[in-house]
Amino acid sequence: MAIKLGDYKTQVHNDWCPGCGDFGIVNAIQMSLTEMQIPRHKAAIFSGIGCSGKTSHFINVYGIHTLHGRVLTFAQGAKIANPEMTIVAAGGDGDGLGIGAGHFVAAGRRNVNMTYIIFDNAVYGLTKGQASPTLKLGEQTKSLPNPNPNYNVNPIALAISSGFTFVARSYSYDVRQLKDLITAAIKHQGLSFIDVLQPCPTYNDLYTRDWFAGIDQVNEETKKPTPRIYNLAETDYDPVVHYSTNDELNEKLSQALVKSLEWGDKIPTGIFYKNELITPYTKRITDKIPNYLENPAAKQKISKNGKPTTDISKLLDSLRV
Amino acid sequence: MAFDYSWLIGGPQGSGVDTAANIFSRVGAKLGYHVFGKREYHSNIKGLHSYFVVRLSDKKIRSNINGANIMVAYDAETLVRHGLEIIKDGAIIYDASIVNTTVDQIPTLEASHKARLLKFFNSKNMEPNVSSILDLAKENGVKVYPISFRDILSNIANELNSPELSRMVRLFNVLGVSFSLGILKAPIEPLLEAIEDTFSKKPSIVDLNKKAANFSYNYASAKFSDFNSSISKIDKESNTLLVQGHQGSALGKIVCGCRFQSYYPITPASDESEFLETHEILQVKEDRPGSTTIVQTEDEISAIGMAVGASLTGVRSATSTSGPGFSLMAETLGWAGINETPVVITLFQRSGPSTGLPTRQGQDDLLFAINAGHGEFPRIVYASGDVEDSFYDTCKCFNFADIFQVPVIHILDKFIASSVVTCKRFEPDLISIDRGKLLEKIDGDYKRFAHSPDGISPRSKLGLENGVFWNTGDESDEYGHISEDPVNRIQMMDKRQTKVEQMLSLIPKDDQAVAYGKLDICIVSWGSPKGPILDAIEMHRNEGHEIGFIDIKLLHPFPTNYIKSMLKDSSIIIDIEANMTGQLASLIRENLLRDPDYYVLKYTGRPMTCIEIFDSLKKILEKKSEKKQVLTYGD
Repeated sequence: MAIKLGDYKTQVHNDWCPGCGDFGIVNAIQMSLTEMQIPRHKAAIFSGIGCSGKTSHFINVYGIHTLHGRVLTFAQGAKIANPEMTIVAAGGDGDGLGIGAGHFVAAGRRNVNMTYIIFDNAVYGLTKGQASPTLKLGEQTKSLPNPNPNYNVNPIALAISSGFTFVARSYSYDVRQLKDLITAAIKHQGLSFIDVLQPCPTYNDLYTRDWFAGIDQVNEETKKPTPRIYNLAETDYDPVVHYSTNDELNEKLSQALVKSLEWGDKIPTGIFYKNELITPYTKRITDKIPNYLENPAAKQKISKNGKPTTDISKLLDSLRV
Repeated sequence: MAFDYSWLIGGPQGSGVDTAANIFSRVGAKLGYHVFGKREYHSNIKGLHSYFVVRLSDKKIRSNINGANIMVAYDAETLVRHGLEIIKDGAIIYDASIVNTTVDQIPTLEASHKARLLKFFNSKNMEPNVSSILDLAKENGVKVYPISFRDILSNIANELNSPELSRMVRLFNVLGVSFSLGILKAPIEPLLEAIEDTFSKKPSIVDLNKKAANFSYNYASAKFSDFNSSISKIDKESNTLLVQGHQGSALGKIVCGCRFQSYYPITPASDESEFLETHEILQVKEDRPGSTTIVQTEDEISAIGMAVGASLTGVRSATSTSGPGFSLMAETLGWAGINETPVVITLFQRSGPSTGLPTRQGQDDLLFAINAGHGEFPRIVYASGDVEDSFYDTCKCFNFADIFQVPVIHILDKFIASSVVTCKRFEPDLISIDRGKLLEKIDGDYKRFAHSPDGISPRSKLGLENGVFWNTGDESDEYGHISEDPVNRIQMMDKRQTKVEQMLSLIPKDDQAVAYGKLDICIVSWGSPKGPILDAIEMHRNEGHEIGFIDIKLLHPFPTNYIKSMLKDSSIIIDIEANMTGQLASLIRENLLRDPDYYVLKYTGRPMTCIEIFDSLKKILEKKSEKKQVLTYGD
């Protein structure tokens, strides 16, 4: 029997502010799970701390609400122990690129087969709007006493240079594109990353829904706003690394880095970079443990009638004198 | 007469002291002796002083003595540091080239140490150099045997007709062992076998090392035939293993089904993870091969995060670390506590605070292990006293974690990690595996934190049909969803706390603490002082004095009633531990409302010897002891 969208929703009251960009992300995750018909017990949402951390409580699959900045560590441990699970990690930009930046970089190097979604609103909402790592230098959102004294992190560029093999950006009010990107990210063989731009209607008065919609840049002829957000998929941009050559790799990496710098009047969304020629972590494990995928940690039987079944006699023999 | 012989080898780090000591330990074990060896080294890759003491005995030993009978010194620093530790009728074998080296010419000797030596030589009216030390050693009744290691190497090169050998200073380690066994007139076969065992992965150099061994053994036995002591083969106890300290817990993890370990490199814990990774593919009875997945992480926060994540899939999982790394794990420890997630943290203590003495012994982390993490949540803190215990205790810790659904901190330390011992072959048949309330099948509505009288809820895992649950570091309801309801808060806090009573009633008494001897005059301790304490009380027993000992293994929750019942008739309680403040003693004061009568503490970063514990106990028996004695032996 087909699993319906409603089956992926919990009864937990959603306490995000009205108009919060987070809603679109949760909907898109639920739509993607429905589209892929992933059994509820085969999927887990891991989340960090902050407004976005509550995501795991709203989705009716395993929901592991972890610690501030540490979501990727829990998620990778679970995925490596049970590679049959579909794992999506979610967290804010402060969570992933501030306190958790070390794990972000290390996760890229590992390339574990799972998906990481950053709810990128440039503020720490739940603690009342402090500057987060993606807020740009000199910008002052409404609860800041002074302009932001720090340069911003570029999440797309950081992901690419850390080794993520699927790097995309979306916008939380474009739920359809976001759903498609989440599905593509989950299907990707390796670590996929989606930076989701989302207004914080309560604390970020700079990057508002209207700003993304470009109401400040009205086309003189049509008298209509020119939206800042555009989709790379609707251009001739090709994010995919097709061959294992240095030239191809360098071209696709540098193209993505250049594209990641585009900001202001026009903001690209869609897939920036995709490379399935880099081995995912599972492959790196099967190179040394050949039956890892059939018999990963979570599937191994360790005892029979309360007695261990692991045979260490050879190891003990090697220590005999 | 009982045979009890200690051999010390020292030289700059990276010069092969370890290899030499491992070969010597193997020879001792092959000759049928009990072996206890300890390694001391600086936090350094090459050049600073390191040494190894291996003690052999025909009866069971669990510690080192003060000093040694034979020393092999590759360099002047070893001689000036340890020359006067060699006891009467012993021998010093040293590289002849160092005889004129002065204290000032040893750049790796710390200034404070140099100053102490200069003061010492000054008081004796002697030149501060190696030859003065040798003179003093001779006065102590020690034979001194200079050998030019380089000349011997050249001779070997000539004999084997391969001049390039004369530059292979790597061979010095085999030379040092062979000289020693030569003057001791030991049978040579065990030496040759031990070389084969040690270099089994490099067959190309086995033959060369054996030839070098033969040559130098014969050289020393012929040239220094005046040495009076000898060592012969005795009947070996069957089923003996020669084990490195970190192998006990590693083998325990393998056999009890730990299938995931994440770690960040840190001394002295990493050896255990590396052993697990080296043996990652496992033989399983009547099944396909299993495996342990070992992940080296970016930091210790990630190490424990991954272990907890793996545990959520139903896998027995662990991380292994030392004090600085454990400090970073504190927040996640609390997460595992509130989410009732089993995980084992193997904590190899070393001396703190901060980086402290990174390669040295210490037991300063007991109270931290008990209190790490904010908020109140149940956990188990369990300590092992030696390598053999660490094997069986590791398996118990995983059972505790599963049964009570709590984080378990299993405390070991540097003394255990870097010792080499003979012990009875580990018996996997003695191990039981109890996964507690871990479910394999679920029907109907499931609540991860369902209330139950014992506070322990049936546990689902990721991937189990009908088993979907939620976790959160926030307080939660029975499903695992966030709840700030004050009534629910009390219920959930009480639910988790109920497990503490369960622990104290379900963990067998013998696993909580082990008592030795009559407890009228009674030592209380925990962890690795166990070995030197047992050796010291045996020495007192031989002199007609009974001293009892309680080795407390379950440190948290503290088995107050059990310990109280054992100590109720004790007239004197002596606290022995390797820290400055007496952390176990503070637990005894807090829980038993009784202050130990004496404290014997050591915080030099060096392990206790049985001799210094014997001496401190003697003072207490003779009523000549202050309330607190601080032990200082060792370099």
